[in-house]
Amino acid sequence: MELHDLQLIARRERERRRRIRIHCCTSSGCLASQGLEIQKRLEAAVAEAGLEGEVEVVGVGCIGSCGQGPMVEIAPEGTLYEYVRPEDAEAIVAAINGGECSVQRGDPLRPFFTRQFPIVRKNAGKIDPERIEEYIAAGGYRSLYRAINEMSPAEVIDEITQSGLRGRGGAGYPTGLKWSTVAKSRGDRKYVVCNGDEGDPGAFMDRSVLESDPHLVLEGMCIAAYAVGADQGYIYVRGEYPFAIQRLQKAINQAKKFGLLGSQIFDSTFDFRVDIRVGAGAFVCGEETALLASIEGRRGQPRPRPPYPAESGLWGKPTLINNVETFANIAAIIEHGPDWYASIGTESSRGTKVFALTGKIHNTGLIEVPMGITLREIVHQLGGGGHSGSEVKAVQTGGPSGGCIPASLFDTPVDYESLARVGSIMGSGGMVVMDNSTNMVELAKFYMEFCKDESCGKCVPCRVGTVQIHHLLDKLTSGKGSPADLDQLRELCQLLRDTSLCGLGQSAPNPVMSTLKYFTEEYERLIER
Amino acid sequence: MAAKTLLINGTMVSAREDETILEAARDAGVKIPTLCHLDGLSDVGACRLCLVEVGGRLRPACTTTVSEGMDIRTHTDALKAYRRQIIELLFAERGHVCAVCVASGHCELQDMAVALGMDHVRYEYLAPTCTVDISHERFGLDHNRCILCSRCVRACDEVEGVHTWDVAGRGTSARVITDMNQPWGESETCTACGKCLLACPTGALFKRGATVAEMEHSPARIAMIVESRRVRG
Amino acid sequence: MATPHPTRDAAAAAGDTRLKILEATMKRNQYRPDALIEVLHKAQEIYGFLSPDLLVRIARSLHLPPSRVYGVATFYHFFSLVPQGAHTCTICLGTACYVRGASELIARAEDVAGIAAGHTTPDGKLSLASVRCIGACGIAPAVVIDGNVTGHMTSDDVAAQVAALLSAPELLGS
Repeated sequence: MELHDLQLIARRERERRRRIRIHCCTSSGCLASQGLEIQKRLEAAVAEAGLEGEVEVVGVGCIGSCGQGPMVEIAPEGTLYEYVRPEDAEAIVAAINGGECSVQRGDPLRPFFTRQFPIVRKNAGKIDPERIEEYIAAGGYRSLYRAINEMSPAEVIDEITQSGLRGRGGAGYPTGLKWSTVAKSRGDRKYVVCNGDEGDPGAFMDRSVLESDPHLVLEGMCIAAYAVGADQGYIYVRGEYPFAIQRLQKAINQAKKFGLLGSQIFDSTFDFRVDIRVGAGAFVCGEETALLASIEGRRGQPRPRPPYPAESGLWGKPTLINNVETFANIAAIIEHGPDWYASIGTESSRGTKVFALTGKIHNTGLIEVPMGITLREIVHQLGGGGHSGSEVKAVQTGGPSGGCIPASLFDTPVDYESLARVGSIMGSGGMVVMDNSTNMVELAKFYMEFCKDESCGKCVPCRVGTVQIHHLLDKLTSGKGSPADLDQLRELCQLLRDTSLCGLGQSAPNPVMSTLKYFTEEYERLIER
Repeated sequence: MAAKTLLINGTMVSAREDETILEAARDAGVKIPTLCHLDGLSDVGACRLCLVEVGGRLRPACTTTVSEGMDIRTHTDALKAYRRQIIELLFAERGHVCAVCVASGHCELQDMAVALGMDHVRYEYLAPTCTVDISHERFGLDHNRCILCSRCVRACDEVEGVHTWDVAGRGTSARVITDMNQPWGESETCTACGKCLLACPTGALFKRGATVAEMEHSPARIAMIVESRRVRG
Repeated sequence: MATPHPTRDAAAAAGDTRLKILEATMKRNQYRPDALIEVLHKAQEIYGFLSPDLLVRIARSLHLPPSRVYGVATFYHFFSLVPQGAHTCTICLGTACYVRGASELIARAEDVAGIAAGHTTPDGKLSLASVRCIGACGIAPAVVIDGNVTGHMTSDDVAAQVAALLSAPELLGS
């Protein structure tokens, strides 16, 4: 494989294409609502109408507005159909030539779409994720070519550092710094690991990226491996995402066949293999040291850091761990340059962030927005406000490790520091909207129940503390709580935050502490009763 | 081997560069409480009792190596309060009844409670159903008294080299197990060497026939075995 | 799921094929101890659950202590050490589903099936479970029936589905 081969594949792919493409969402959400059947019926309808020379039906990744799914888009003109049923196929095809079609249309010019800034999701909903040719035609693997042939590993790391990209798994550690540490660590072998153990309930960004554009993640990993000097990679994906795993495996096989993974990539001396590791239902494995233990076939229990995985990771070797979305940003940074990337977002948080907007909100779905956008813009403009017109009360970011932000603070810009300042975290991108019907103490209990079930049991504060906190919340919600219980709740929250071994335990109190802070009256009302 | 100079509770001390804070403090005569650490075994940083303040942040003394100029506080009021809370949580977790325990008077958990001034438990007793396994001809296991420190697991794996023990389940339902969670007496791998008993800090692992307060553990023997093995090469 | 009255030969043959698949998986992983979770996934996929005999066999093949294998198998919620029902109904309890009323779905399913989530009906027909987010938040609340995800469920939908599974005829074959 050489650059001109890549260009040839892209050209052939473009020539092969029909003038009109019917994009049919086949990502998990729409798939669950007969997405594949719709695709089949559309194909049949196109054949029936004799339009095969002009129109093609393409199964694409997530279009974004999952709540209105199944979605179908007519490209390039942009007509969007929502809540499509298999029996709508004929009408949709007929409408291409001016026929009548009563299927509900979406407005591609509504803020949900126009306020987005797609980098990670630039191909999502536009290409068939199961065909590497489509990715290549969209410019894919050119950044990898450039990195290997025109840049030294140090130059790649410099560009990532200058771009200001920070870890999208939630903690926001500078990506370039991490890469440089792994590059400098001594080891006869190094590893690159992609954390796709998206465990936060209410989050599905990584699933969607893996299902919609798996090659984007592979290309990012490959560039990272070249930069840090690794020859083996692992993608750790939740077992709950069978479809993402299937697509990823297909993508890996295709990339290997095309000489873009494996030995002598782009006919260079650079080798990189990638294997999938499937999680088995343990939230704590999203914590990097637990994830490594799990890849090694052990119980997913975290260990104290330092040493950090960058120095001593998989089998004691230097290991780079980044999240799916972080890797998905890499190709674009190499393609457009670090200055372009750094010009998006805010001073401390560059670039974009993908969020899964769910809960009591009008527009459920996936969005990619520039950092610095306010919560109000996300909830009210992109999200269209509360579900069936209800009043939005709070938004929860960061899952069980994050906090609830009340509507009064919706002018908070979305960046790592601002969200931390209001007692939450950026997290991996789950954004669950609550309206007035949500009981915040019950919600805190819901999260604590999650944490107690997911505590690995290694360290005492998390193992027993989560159970005790859950017990206190249960006492409160059943009307048996006392003011002393509130004090004890606060005391235990502080203990967990300060003394737990890993991030799961340290952040487990966040949903309780943030609701205690912003919705104190809901707690107090339970005591007075 | 280079030496490092650091401050422990305001006093300058020197330490070998590969020493942990726990070791350096002990050399300096400062005792930091621990339950999951045992000389001779690897460290896991699980009980969180040995947390100390290093430059304003909390670090486990057992797994943190010293560095030049470290400013360590080992017994601040906050740390003492946290330690008491952790012991309370442990007492609330299972059925720890000292009055009927074989290890009473020789129990590290009990000693810790006394040393930290923990005279009552403010948390809800979780009172789980715990079994007692006396299927082994010489030894017994009482899950009521187990604090999941994993010292038995490590002693069996690292010193005896067998790995009969491991931990099954997770969270508060985690239990130490032998082989396939079968009765200890039916374990095919156990060599009945008794090192797990030496390592156990409480009355969870005991010699059969021992009555209240009769069971003395000898955790120091684990260190002796490991040290003499090291010296012999 | 096994046939109601399998002949001894058929059972032995089925056992043999499954064992061959398992052996092939371990061989492909070069019997490396770190392949344990991959192997457990495969074993659960072909046997439906992880019996003690199976775990011992895996431990021996991968040169791992039995307690290590048992410890891993019980750490991860995906693995089951007891047989599962012929059908499974899994209700997502992720936050988005929770906020949109998933707890009512669970209560209703439990009511119709007469068992609590996490259990299997005495006739072995149905296992009822809850899961922490399947990432289908866009179509919350979501339910997975025999591996197929359905979204926007109401408690009446769930009740009807569970009732249908319970009255479904016996499955034949393995």
